[in-house]
Amino acid sequence: MSGQPVVPMVDAQGIHKFFGELHVLRGIDLRVERGEVCVLLGPSGSGKSTILRCINEMEQISAGRLYVNGELMGLREVTRNGKTELHRLPDAQIARQRSRIGMVFQRFNLFPHMTALENVMEAPRQVKKVSKPDAQKLAREQLAKVGLTDRADHYPSQLSGGQQQRVAIARALAMDPELMLFDEPTSALDPELVGEVLAVMKQLAESGMTMIVVTHEVGFAREVADQVVFMDDGLIVERGTPDQVIGHPVEQRTRDFFAKVL
Amino acid sequence: MPRPTVWVWAGIVSFLVLGLISSLLENKNYRWDVVAQYLFDPRVVAGVGWTLLLTVAAMVIGIVLAVATAIMRMGTNPILRGVAWAYIWFFRGTPVYTQLVFWGLLSVLYPRISVGIPFGPEFFSFTTQDVVNAFVAAILGLGLNEGAYLSEIVRSGLNSVDRGQWEAATALGMKSSTVLRRIVIPQAMRVIVPPTGNETISMLKTTSLVLAVPFMLEITFVTNAIGNKNFLPVPLLIVAALWYLFITSILMIGQQRLEAYYGRGFDGEPSQNRRLRGVSKRQQAILAAGTVHTDPNLDVTP
Repeated sequence: MSGQPVVPMVDAQGIHKFFGELHVLRGIDLRVERGEVCVLLGPSGSGKSTILRCINEMEQISAGRLYVNGELMGLREVTRNGKTELHRLPDAQIARQRSRIGMVFQRFNLFPHMTALENVMEAPRQVKKVSKPDAQKLAREQLAKVGLTDRADHYPSQLSGGQQQRVAIARALAMDPELMLFDEPTSALDPELVGEVLAVMKQLAESGMTMIVVTHEVGFAREVADQVVFMDDGLIVERGTPDQVIGHPVEQRTRDFFAKVL
Repeated sequence: MPRPTVWVWAGIVSFLVLGLISSLLENKNYRWDVVAQYLFDPRVVAGVGWTLLLTVAAMVIGIVLAVATAIMRMGTNPILRGVAWAYIWFFRGTPVYTQLVFWGLLSVLYPRISVGIPFGPEFFSFTTQDVVNAFVAAILGLGLNEGAYLSEIVRSGLNSVDRGQWEAATALGMKSSTVLRRIVIPQAMRVIVPPTGNETISMLKTTSLVLAVPFMLEITFVTNAIGNKNFLPVPLLIVAALWYLFITSILMIGQQRLEAYYGRGFDGEPSQNRRLRGVSKRQQAILAAGTVHTDPNLDVTP
């Protein structure tokens, strides 16, 4: 990949995904540049979350190629007798690839037996083998970024949903990821708590983080996204700037969707 | 003011309890003087020590086997799953007494045990009786039996941890062994500790069956022997019972401490209140969807 001047952060080529008989992704091509914020919109069950889960290899893709920062994900190419075969990478390699991608979940998935600080320290300690004092320092910095310095010693059960999600973002950032994936990060929140999480995400976008966000917050997409992708039924229907896709959709399905949600 | 029937029942039950207490104190056949005489007899105290040692050793073997077989059963390897299933099937399906007799007879069945490749060369061997003496046979028998019961408890504990915890941890780049050790097992312990405490208390008393091996140093055998020799079985049964009650009481305190430790982050409130406290309507609906369950009493099977 060194021949190319600019390697996209995410380059998905013809991704298909089957769950048994169910054809969830039906040929997805997606390119996300470094520093870009890409928002995936679309009705439930359109395959948005599945794309995220394929990018960080929670799900194995059924067909296609997926590159993150120029590196083929989950597979390695082996050329034998002039034929190229794909082999699944060993688990340790997959774990290493995952460690460079941060993921934020709808239901936060904080570790309930650890304080906020311990939640953020855990992956640097266990995966990167950072020393305890360094991990603590790093974790405090990350919690400060999401505005939760004073909640460091609280357990998740003692935090509001919005605070929990901000800890989850800090936890992902502590691994110094090159890409952040957000899977409906505000869908489980009370309306009054959505704002604080979106503010943290916006700040993160402004700092130049590459982000792929699955959300129903059309306002966030309009304001923060560089690229909006509208999906339906396992296919990308329309993509472009927020103004193109949300403001002036061309496809009928896109228009129908925004007519309902806006 | 409680209703009159409450007073009537309280009166009847108090009368019965008082009758029982007075009979315990006044019936000379209990021979409390003999109880006092033998309570701290060196043979009895040594018997208590052996009973404790058997309990601890059997539980340690049981817990190691249980964690191993629970992970085997949850894995994808069909051979490991089959072996774990067969182990649980066999050791839960036969009486522990039978198993203890069997372990006692091991040296008759296999006078020498050798380690090597099946049908191939042999690396080393030993005389069974030298290694598998009565004590080893007793803890093997108790531990293998216990492992089968605990395995189901451990499995339900591991299953009780939300799948989202696995996802979050693996998404951070943790290996599955790290996820188990750092994330899943500590949470599963909340579900595992209470029934395991019960199992430990039950094991304390099951150790009296090692007579079947035969292993003859633990408290029940020792007190029975003294009682039969002196033709005073009842006071010595009371000696044994008092010791069992004493140890059980200490185990219960230990269990409470462990539960408090693994309950950290969960506030120690009853599960329902804890889950719904400070939680929005929307989140309550998500919880109600049943994709998470934290009820420690679910799926416990002994």
